[in-house]
Amino acid sequence: MTETLTIKQLAFTCPLPVPAHDRIVLGHGSGGRLSADLLRDVFLQRFSNPVLDRLDDQAVFPIGGAHVAFTTDSFVVQPLFFPGGDIGSLAVHGTVNDLAMAGATPLYISAAFIVEEGLPIGMLRRVADSMANAAEAAGVMIVTGDTKVVERGKGDGVFITTTGIGIVPPGIRMSASEVQPGDIVILSGYIGDHGIAILSSREGLQFDTTILSDSAPLHGLVASMLAASTGIRCMRDPTRGGLSSTLNEIATASGVGIEVVEHKIPVRDEVRGACELLGLDPMYVANEGKLVAVVAPEAAEAVLDAMRNHPLGADAAMIGMAVRDDPGLVTMKTAFGSTRIVDLLPGDQLPRIC
Amino acid sequence: MKYVDEYRDPAIAIALAGQINHASTKPWVLMEVCGGQTHTLMRYGIGDLIPDSVELVHGPGCPVCVTPLEMIDQAIVLAGRPDTIFTSYGDMLRVPGSRRDLFQARSEGADVRIVYSPMDAVQIARANPAKQVVFFGVGFETTAPANAMAVWQARKEGLQNFSMLVSHVLVPPAMRLILQSPGNRVQGFIAPGHVCAIMGFREYADLAREFHVPIVVGGFEPVDLLEAISMLVAQLETGRAEVENQYSRSVDYLGNRAAQNIMREVFTVTNRKWRGIGEIGSSGLRLKDEFAAFDAEKVFELQSLHVEEPRECVSALVLQGRCKPAQCPAFGTTCTPMHPLGAPMVSAEGACAAWYQYKRHD
Repeated sequence: MTETLTIKQLAFTCPLPVPAHDRIVLGHGSGGRLSADLLRDVFLQRFSNPVLDRLDDQAVFPIGGAHVAFTTDSFVVQPLFFPGGDIGSLAVHGTVNDLAMAGATPLYISAAFIVEEGLPIGMLRRVADSMANAAEAAGVMIVTGDTKVVERGKGDGVFITTTGIGIVPPGIRMSASEVQPGDIVILSGYIGDHGIAILSSREGLQFDTTILSDSAPLHGLVASMLAASTGIRCMRDPTRGGLSSTLNEIATASGVGIEVVEHKIPVRDEVRGACELLGLDPMYVANEGKLVAVVAPEAAEAVLDAMRNHPLGADAAMIGMAVRDDPGLVTMKTAFGSTRIVDLLPGDQLPRIC
Repeated sequence: MKYVDEYRDPAIAIALAGQINHASTKPWVLMEVCGGQTHTLMRYGIGDLIPDSVELVHGPGCPVCVTPLEMIDQAIVLAGRPDTIFTSYGDMLRVPGSRRDLFQARSEGADVRIVYSPMDAVQIARANPAKQVVFFGVGFETTAPANAMAVWQARKEGLQNFSMLVSHVLVPPAMRLILQSPGNRVQGFIAPGHVCAIMGFREYADLAREFHVPIVVGGFEPVDLLEAISMLVAQLETGRAEVENQYSRSVDYLGNRAAQNIMREVFTVTNRKWRGIGEIGSSGLRLKDEFAAFDAEKVFELQSLHVEEPRECVSALVLQGRCKPAQCPAFGTTCTPMHPLGAPMVSAEGACAAWYQYKRHD
């Protein structure tokens, strides 16, 4: 350690660590490592039970002989209306998709609105219209709900929480903990569209793009995949935190490594361009109409074919596989033949300075 | 994507790596100065392509990493003032000061906003005449012209509520420090292409001559970096020590005169403290006295904070290329992106964070 002595002699020094957070920071909502820590430290240890502890995007439990899937999600997007969607359709699709990822047929949804004083009622009508259309198109009914109004400045226009319930057909059992080494990772299409569409429409960030949010209900795609094969171990929709967070969650839950191949991951040129400009990595950008399926190797071709025959899976691709090495770690093979780690980000992805 | 894909072409990259392999007969230690270049090297695993005898070490060119602790603490003090909007590039919000970071200040009620350009901060000042709007002016020569322009524009408009907390640093003095340091191992530099796009590369000729060290201005794509490495190895193998320009699609000898003019009009050279390294003479920029009304340190009479940086990690050695991140005993154990001990672990551009993110299982 002669080098270390040298620094001391020269009084070269280093900064202190930041103490653990004692308040919520925005990064706690990022879907990255801070979110996972918050979930573990505050909620899981207090609510722990066998259903919750599976940490899937939905709970699945038996009631009267049926396997019920149950999930809830809150939507706080700004702006409320964005290219390719709005908070209303998103609130329906998000919950439908969380049910679909268990293979469930979504049936009923509740909707709770926290509305800020001063929001034009016309805007709320547009949101409700959009929800109604999205629910009808997805074949689910919005059967109960709640409305609260908060003082101006205490909300951001409108926050929506949707809760959904669906039935998992007999024989279907998918979970992020079911993945085995050798399984194939399939992605249903282009990543990053939703996040970039939202960013492009935010105040203060003026760049023009034709990118639309990919917000869409995925249960139809899931149904055709399940009809094609029984070899699907798990499905997840890579929303907040992007593809990297989803792959990391699966790798951790199943105790496997996941290796993906960079050039096989579909990213639109416009999304790549916007990410270059903003210093972002598409692997961490949100999606709202994509899914990742991990399937047994012998089932991969059939599942991929079924996906490509569905409009929402036309660009599906095999992007990698689960491996025995490095359990819990996601790695990426670059076009140069080298390998890099695809880690969970601590908090939100921050645009770089230069 | 045009102008990008051709510089990420694996076939060209592998051919260049072959060239480097063929040309190098001795071990060489090269430094890429800029954090953006470090990021590319890690992301594409360039180190795995070139021969082991060509060692790449990571330089101090990450603005987030070298902004001193005092400056972060001052930013947090300013952000906490009543009726103040503190604006910054996103990276800076996670950098720990002596006790907390700007994200934590925000969670405690400070109005801290991420902007993508200093002109956005000027716009916020126009829109909020009852508030003081402060922009955190950090970075190398790359961000200085835009920051200078924001101050210049604010003065032109007579804005009374806009100011800048300036912590600008300059690249050549840091390279000089590395070359002068007794433990220096660096035998050739990849100079930062974006900085040179602004400043040109005439400043580097003195360094090359004085220290007999080859310097190649390099871009930020994998093919750029491999080409720059190949040019450096060719110089070293033949005993040359010249300044060459690999990044000629963006950089010329004199640089961007308009950008230099606005920098000269608004900023003047000053001594600056670099985090983890200490004060380096004439290594930074501050606002000229005639712009004192826009200098947040003067406007808000920030007492000159002096914060002792505890000796917990070897980031100074890492920033000077004298130690690889993974050689630090704290790397990946007590020092991770979630709990950074040193600034190079904070920013995505920081050498330690880049190693952690892309290479820690090696």
